Parts: sequence; structure tokens; C-alpha cells
Amino acid sequence: MENARRVISVIVMNEASVLSRIVGLFSGRGYNIESLTVAPIPDSKYSRITIVTAGSVRVVEQITKQLHKLIPVLKVYEHADLVETEMALVKIPMSESLGDIEALTHAYNGRIVNVGSDTMIAMIADEPARVNHFLEAIKRFHPKEIVRSGSVALER
Amino acid sequence: MQISGAQMVIEALIAEEVEVVFGYPGGAIMNVYDEIYKQRSFQHILTRHEQAAVHAAEGYAKATGKVGVAMITSGPGFTNGVTGLADAYMDSIPLVVISGQVPMSLIGTDAFQEIDAVGISRPCTKHNYLVTDAADLPRILKEAFYIARTGRPGPVHVDIPKDVTAQIATFDYSKEVELETYKPTTKGNARQIKKAIEAIAAAKRPLLYLGGGVISSGAADLVREFSTMTQIPAVETFMARGTLRYDDPLLISMLGMHGSYAANMAMSETDLVIGLGARFDDRVTGKLSEFAKNARIIHVDIDPASVSKLVHAHFPIVGDIKNVLEQMIPLAKEQVNPTRYESWHNTIANFNKLHPLSYKEEGDRLKPQWVIERIGQLLGDGANISTDVGQHQMWTAQFYPFTRPRQWVSSGGLGTMGFGFPAALGVKRADPEKVSINITGDGSILMNIQELMTAVEYKLPVINVILNNNFLGMVRQWQTLFYDKRHSSTDLSMQPDFVKLAEAFGGVGYRVNTKEEFDAALKDAIEKNVVAIIDVVVNRFENVLPMVPAGGSLFNMMLEYKEK
Repeated sequence: MENARRVISVIVMNEASVLSRIVGLFSGRGYNIESLTVAPIPDSKYSRITIVTAGSVRVVEQITKQLHKLIPVLKVYEHADLVETEMALVKIPMSESLGDIEALTHAYNGRIVNVGSDTMIAMIADEPARVNHFLEAIKRFHPKEIVRSGSVALER
Repeated sequence: MQISGAQMVIEALIAEEVEVVFGYPGGAIMNVYDEIYKQRSFQHILTRHEQAAVHAAEGYAKATGKVGVAMITSGPGFTNGVTGLADAYMDSIPLVVISGQVPMSLIGTDAFQEIDAVGISRPCTKHNYLVTDAADLPRILKEAFYIARTGRPGPVHVDIPKDVTAQIATFDYSKEVELETYKPTTKGNARQIKKAIEAIAAAKRPLLYLGGGVISSGAADLVREFSTMTQIPAVETFMARGTLRYDDPLLISMLGMHGSYAANMAMSETDLVIGLGARFDDRVTGKLSEFAKNARIIHVDIDPASVSKLVHAHFPIVGDIKNVLEQMIPLAKEQVNPTRYESWHNTIANFNKLHPLSYKEEGDRLKPQWVIERIGQLLGDGANISTDVGQHQMWTAQFYPFTRPRQWVSSGGLGTMGFGFPAALGVKRADPEKVSINITGDGSILMNIQELMTAVEYKLPVINVILNNNFLGMVRQWQTLFYDKRHSSTDLSMQPDFVKLAEAFGGVGYRVNTKEEFDAALKDAIEKNVVAIIDVVVNRFENVLPMVPAGGSLFNMMLEYKEK
């Protein structure tokens, strides 16, 4: 259980300094944030921040309490039972087999989103573990660039 | 009302009924200082260093319970003040610190005296603001005062660019603070309180563990009522000194690293800790796994992040101690039998008899502990006591006969040398009727010695009592105990003439070697009614004892030290 993976969602006021306040609680303890996503919650003055980190139960619980203490923080959830999704974009040379790539992306809730003269871009959206599988599988098509979005999560 | 940002600052301070601002001007804050010049509603005290301005505001806040205000400029003015912010954050002192910033258009250009002030103050304030529009100023200032004094109090920093202080906008201070994301819990959960009272009624050896939160909550009277009514004995943390009177039979003493044998043993033997506004700090608990090992824990604190942070609380109660005690007292009256702790009282009395806090008078040199006890005998309740940081501070916490909350002002959490003198100025400003004493060391006093000038100019006759051992004594003590007497950089034999130093600023100075000289100096300093330094030559190698070595268990105290 030590240093298990944790997903924390934080609902915050959508204002200038809030992200640095939150990130500071992690960096000040030498904790790395594995991934971080932020976007406004529609029709509200709040944003939702999803943080993936690894840490001991005690320390993450402490960080969660400290997050609560920050003035612009409304709610903090440390997820146990959740649906988690991450997106990835992969740039692949046009010399690779379009059909094979398309079939692979389909298997991971994705598709080819752009085709240029030299490269194409494949997009998938899936659970983080499955994104890892996909990125492993796509290697054989010699990807030139890979970008991951970081997780978004909702409690079941 | 259409006014400039600078005028808004003044209007907000007036609306908050601020009577004194400690500060130091500079380029970026000049518009505000121009308005300070024009007003007559509050006093501005010009300290001689920005750090001292913030510490003085802390001293004022500690003595009054009100929000202390400091004003400083951008860049170095601000960075000098950061130590004060950090100090106030650690000790939960309500402050609003206003700093100037370079104009908005220059932010991020490495402008003259520019620094990312909110970036620096973020981890050492309760909250901070960079004001980008004068129209936001009334709301921000009102929020700043509100946040500083509510919940667990703390410092709030407001950084205002110079052009924002010149900008004209509407000033309306009447709107109530509305912070959807900040609503401190003040009333304790009734079910938890009921369970806690049942636990108290069932306990054989309950112990009140009083922390600084009792004082900031204004709950000392209720604590006195609760302990008298239930006859439950109490230990105090360093921050809580003065909650119970020194001669209260239920007060054991301070606990922790330099706590008394009886206090630490009581904590080790208790079967129920009733923690009120204390945060189980490492200087209190020693080795965590051995701390109050036989006890269940009730932990009352307004800060949910403090509850179960280090020690698991069986009965966590989040709320203002004052409210929680008001809820607890009627229940305790019905359920807790005050006559059932006789054997527990006897056990504690025996601990006290076995190893009371004490020192030996020997040789020609004065003992530092004697000086503190003597101040207590001569002034007692009539003095407010500030200290710097080190051996003198621990001896004061051990030996001064405190009689009331807010009598004791010292840097606990951060341990800031140089805190005492400016804090004592703030205390004197807050409570001019009482003698304001700063008990200090020959190391600490030099860290804000320039404040002699402030004290003279504003007629704040603080009496600095230097327990002069020609050492950075606390570090020297650790070097003696744990570093085989390698006294690396702690010998302070090279010293100024403190008497002349005080006189050079227009104060009075005394060099004291004997008891008679000390009494005469203190009497004379009080009569002269001007800032004073009493430089007391004390035993060089005295150690603060008892001592729980860092990381050791509370019940394993070093009670005496013999030269090997």
C-alpha cells in the first residue's frame, strides 16, 4: 500500500493563483504529480482539477486535508471507486500501414484524426492502463511523437 | 465613493478599526504612504527594518487578539518581511501585511525592486492576493481581515502594484464577506462531544493538554472553569503558557522537550488526553510511537488538518474551543465526578516531588533561571513577557509565573531569533500600562537591535533583559551533549558594549553581575521609562533541563548533566 497510485479531484474557484497553491502542497513535500488536468466546470465559477500522484496513505491524507484548507478550494475527493479516462495523440509516418493503425485505434476507442502528406495523427481515449497498452502496441508503427492528456475521473 | 487605491487602503484600515500600523516605506508603496501622511485616524510606527515591522504587528496581535497590520514596500522590503509572515503562519497569529509591488506593466520584467511576492508568500501565509484592479481592493481587503481573524487565525498578504494604488475606483466596504469555499466550522459536533464526555467520565487518569489555540480562541476562562469543575489536571504547551495561573494546583507545568518531569510523565501515564487547540508538535511529543501510549485521545481543534495529523484522535472534534467548551461544560457537570481522581493527583504530586523544575545556585555568577524568577517576583502579573529564541526562551517558559493568557509572547513554531524585541514593542503599544519585558540572549538581541531607535522615537520603553552567557547557548548546549563539545561557531565572546549601545540610541543600559545590581537596574529602568538593555552576566555553561533529546520518548528525560 505504500506509495500506491492515487487520484484526487479538487473543485476550486476558477481564479489566477489557485493552481500554484495546489501544486505547491505537492512540490513542498517532494511529491511528484504524475498527471494533472484542469478545466472549468460548465455554468459555474469553479474548475475541476484531477491529480494523479503516488504516495503513502498518511501523506496523501494529509495533503488532502491541506487542500481543503486552501481558501479557494470547495471540495476534495480522493477517489476509490472511479471511472478514469485519459487521451493520447500519436503522430505516425504515412509510410506505415493506415489500415492496421486504424484497426488498432478502434480497439482503444479511437480513430485517425488527421492525415497529412508525411504523417498522420491517431487519437485514443481509454483507461490509463489501456492507454499504456496502446502505446506499447503502436510502437511497431514507429511513432514520431506521443502526447498524453493526463487523467480525468468521476466517482461511480 | 470614487477614490484612489491608496485612499482605499486607508479607508479599509479605518473601517477595520485599526489603531496602529507598523511599517517601512519605499518606492512601490509611496502612494499609500502619502495617504498615511494625510490621515489622523491611526498611528504609523516606523520600525527600522521590515522584519521588525511584521514582528511588532505580531506582538500587537498576540497581546490584543486583534489583527496586526504591517506595511512594506516591494522587493527587499517584502523579502525582509517574509520571516515575520512565516513566523505568524506557524503560530497562527492574525495579520494583514500589505506590500507594494512594481506597476502592473512592469511585472515580470525584472523591474527595479521587483520580486514575485505572492509566489514567495504563498507557502507561509493563510492566504494571499495580488491586486490587479483597484475595483477589487475593498473586497480583497475586507476578505483579508476576515480570513486573518476567523477559523485558525493566520497572516494574509496583500500585494498591490503601484499603478493600482493610483487608480480611481468605487469604494464600498459595506458588502459582507462571502466566501463560498471558506466556511470554518466553529460549533463542535454534538454527538462527538457527547462521546468525548462519556470517555472523560470513564477515564481514571484524564489529562488536559492545552495548546495555543485555547488562547487565540479566547477560551482560557472556560478552560479554568472546566478544569476546576472536573478537577482534571492540565499540562500546557509552550504556546499555551498563561492559560492557567502558575499557582493553579491543577496545572502541572509545560510538557515537551524542555517540559517538566511531572508534565511529561503525566502525559506518558494518562489514559485519556483531552487535547484543546494543541497540534502534537514534534517538540511536544518526542518519539511519536511512545507518546501518550496508554491513552485515548480527544482532539479539539478549529483546523481539521491538525486533527489526527500526527497522533490518531479517537474523538476528533472540529470547532472553536470556546464553543466546544460551552457545549461540554453542562454535560461534564452532570457526568464527570470530580472526586474520583485522588490517586491520579497523588501520582502527579509524587512526580513533582521527585524531580521539580529547579536549578542550583552555585559560584559567583548569576543563574539565568534566577533572573527570570526574580522578574516574576518583582513584576509578576504587572509585566508582559516576550522572548527571543534559545535557552533564555525555554527558561522563561519554565520559570516565569504566568498569570493570564496573552501575557506570554514568543516565537514557538518557527523559532525566530530577533522576534522578541520588535514583538515587545508591539506588546507595549497594545498594553502601555504594563511593563513590557523582552527576555533575550546575547545572540538574539543583535538580530533586531536597530529597533532601539523605534523604541526611543515612539516612546515604547521596552526593557530588554539579556541573559548574557557569551554563547549561542542552545546550540552550544546541543554541541556539548551531542557533538562532543565541539563548539562550532557558537562562542560569542566578541561582543559590543551593550550599555553604550543602548545609550547611543538614547536608551539606558546596565551591566549586571549581582542580584543587588539586577534589582537596582530593573527598578531604575522602570523609573526612567525609556527603552533599556539590562545586560546580565550569567553562568556560561548552564543547560536547559530537563531535556528530551530530539526523537526520544517523553518519559526518557535527561534530568541532569554532569561534566565528563
